[in-house]
Amino acid sequence: MKPKEGISASDKEKNRLGNTGRFSFVMLLLGCMLILALVVNVNIGSVSVAVKDVFRMIGDGIRYGVANICTKGGYAQEFNSVINGSTESQILFRIRIPRMLLAAVLGGALSVSGYLLQVFFRNPIAGPFVLGISSGAKMVVGITLIFLAPYIGSISSLTLILAAFLGSLLITFIVLLFSQKVRTMSILLVVGIMVGYICGAVTDFCITFANDHDVVNLTNWSMGAFAGASWDNVRAALLICIPGILLALLLSKPISAYALGEGYAQSMGIRIKPFRILLILLSSLLSASVTALAGPISFVGIAVPHITRILLRSSKPIFVIPATFLCGAVFCVFCDLIARTVFAPTELAIGTVTSVFGAPIVIYMMVKRRRAQED
Amino acid sequence: MDYYFKTENLSVGYNGNTLIRDINVKLEKGKILTLIGPNGAGKSTILKSITRQLDTIRGSVYINAQEISEWSPKDMAKQVAVVLTDRIRPELMTCAEVVAMGRYPYTNLFGKLTPKDREAVREALERVHALDLAEQDFTTLSDGQRQRIMLARAICQEPEIIVLDEPTAYLDIRHKIELLDILREMAQKKDIIVIMSLHEIDLAMKISDYLLCVKGDTIEAFGPPEVILENRTIEHLYDLSNGSYNLLFGSIELTKPKGAPRVFVVAGGGYGISFYRALQKREVPFATGILFENDVDCQVATELSNHVVAAPAFEAMTDEHFGKASSLLLQCEAVIDAGTPAGSFNRLNLKLLELAENNSIPIHCGKSAAEAHSWNT
Repeated sequence: MKPKEGISASDKEKNRLGNTGRFSFVMLLLGCMLILALVVNVNIGSVSVAVKDVFRMIGDGIRYGVANICTKGGYAQEFNSVINGSTESQILFRIRIPRMLLAAVLGGALSVSGYLLQVFFRNPIAGPFVLGISSGAKMVVGITLIFLAPYIGSISSLTLILAAFLGSLLITFIVLLFSQKVRTMSILLVVGIMVGYICGAVTDFCITFANDHDVVNLTNWSMGAFAGASWDNVRAALLICIPGILLALLLSKPISAYALGEGYAQSMGIRIKPFRILLILLSSLLSASVTALAGPISFVGIAVPHITRILLRSSKPIFVIPATFLCGAVFCVFCDLIARTVFAPTELAIGTVTSVFGAPIVIYMMVKRRRAQED
Repeated sequence: MDYYFKTENLSVGYNGNTLIRDINVKLEKGKILTLIGPNGAGKSTILKSITRQLDTIRGSVYINAQEISEWSPKDMAKQVAVVLTDRIRPELMTCAEVVAMGRYPYTNLFGKLTPKDREAVREALERVHALDLAEQDFTTLSDGQRQRIMLARAICQEPEIIVLDEPTAYLDIRHKIELLDILREMAQKKDIIVIMSLHEIDLAMKISDYLLCVKGDTIEAFGPPEVILENRTIEHLYDLSNGSYNLLFGSIELTKPKGAPRVFVVAGGGYGISFYRALQKREVPFATGILFENDVDCQVATELSNHVVAAPAFEAMTDEHFGKASSLLLQCEAVIDAGTPAGSFNRLNLKLLELAENNSIPIHCGKSAAEAHSWNT
């Protein structure tokens, strides 16, 4: 194949924004979309709140909240009155804002997790859901909810995160074992899907022998939803995700070299084994915390990094990681908005919405990749 | 002599199983070492072991008098850069970005390129004549261009040693020459050691300062190409019992036709070669003569036939040669006159043609092998 050369190509390169310029532009765009999403999301619902009230209440909330923290409780009363002052403010601060923040943080984390898996497997269609990792998390969470709940007592979000993390790691480990044997990515993906089915079977098996109350818990959880998000959830998500994303950013240099393959990466001075372990642990941790707090959410991990790369027209990790996080946040907040409002008052599972948007993107990618291989 | 790169009784292999034993190589700076040997002989295994992609099994590898296992990954990266056979597919990376990866051991925690790094990238691209490709997407390149970019990446790493695993695979002849020229230049001007594996023995002979012949579990030979050339190492290395390898020309000839000669070619001065090849393609055993030993016809004929009558150069042919030639000629069904002009030294060839005529053996006069194709033997 003769590559396209000549004036037209080089002109196009010049017209392209510089890497950094494009990155800033994309980040700004995504940031604006996130703010828009915030307003729309908080504004729309069974009780609609006027936009200017939304801004006023959030402004007050932040002001008194900060003041309250600075003076160590000096403004507690004012702060409470802002939050509990009216039905609207209660809906805003107790339901909609935590829900939206959770959707944003977890969506971002899930996308970055998917991105890290794609780096690890050097394949754009790797993702926590495709490789059966989400199903593994669900299985262990199910076992915890059904069989261990009586012994532990109340199930906190930390317990759930631990259970999901354990499940994720277990499946990741199994998939890794297979990846030593089979070098072909497509077979590995099939293995992942099959392992996912086995986990599903085990989960179903547990459900058969569980009492109704636990099953309802598990079903609600595994529908995947940001409904019922509390500030505790948001705090837990932030505590795990922010360090996770920062760590991913610190890995951006080896990640970029790893794109050239293990052989080259090693020759440039990367210690491959520790790097791979770190990558997979980080990815599992991020996807596990999402799975634990919001249930298995499909396709975000695959679709969002891909969209981000298209937007950035670059695969530099130092740009892609933050942009992926932001893009995932926007994607999930909008998907949650759709899940919440389209058939209101009935809510859709978030996974339903993300699948509708995510799956076509995955199909498109597979077709395009196949074509590129045939060239 | 100051050896920058050295192996001592090195044994390499996979999973603790020794594949090749007792590798002893010594190289000064600016030298080119080429590994040759049949497929699966373990050339890549050796290259992977000296670049630390594989653990060595026994023995040592020294770079600048320090064992390679003692180098930190970063310092090792400043010593050795590689060009591998891996077909990489980095998404959305321009060639300049791929080349800039070579700066990895020099950049900060986030891989930020300084003006000095950018200059190194530009220089490396220039050295492989690929400046115009800088902004192009890597995945759109042809094989030849890819290989040049990967070489630029290695150059950009500013190593003392470049290790290349079959860098000329997938390349057409022009790109092979270009690539090897660049390597030669790097070795000469920058005093870099080049260690690579090649399948083309002829090119290996021409570019290398040293050859390492790898065969199965041992090293067949290590030394300058001239020394390897003298012995029949190459035939032995590749177990060439049928075809042959002409060391002087670096050309490969296919298997000789078997049996008693059926055609006699009167040739000399290069006129005969096309006829020899035409006959060999149709598996017709032939005899030829009378050729001077320094004649190209003689070089090729000896690779293709067991029945070559050769005479010492710079002297007139003698009756002894004529006797040999005529007895061969009389066994044949046909004679080809390749059209070699007769001079005072090779006049006996005319007598051979006369002899054929007298014995009513058909004589074909040919100007080219194209005619030979239409003959019905």
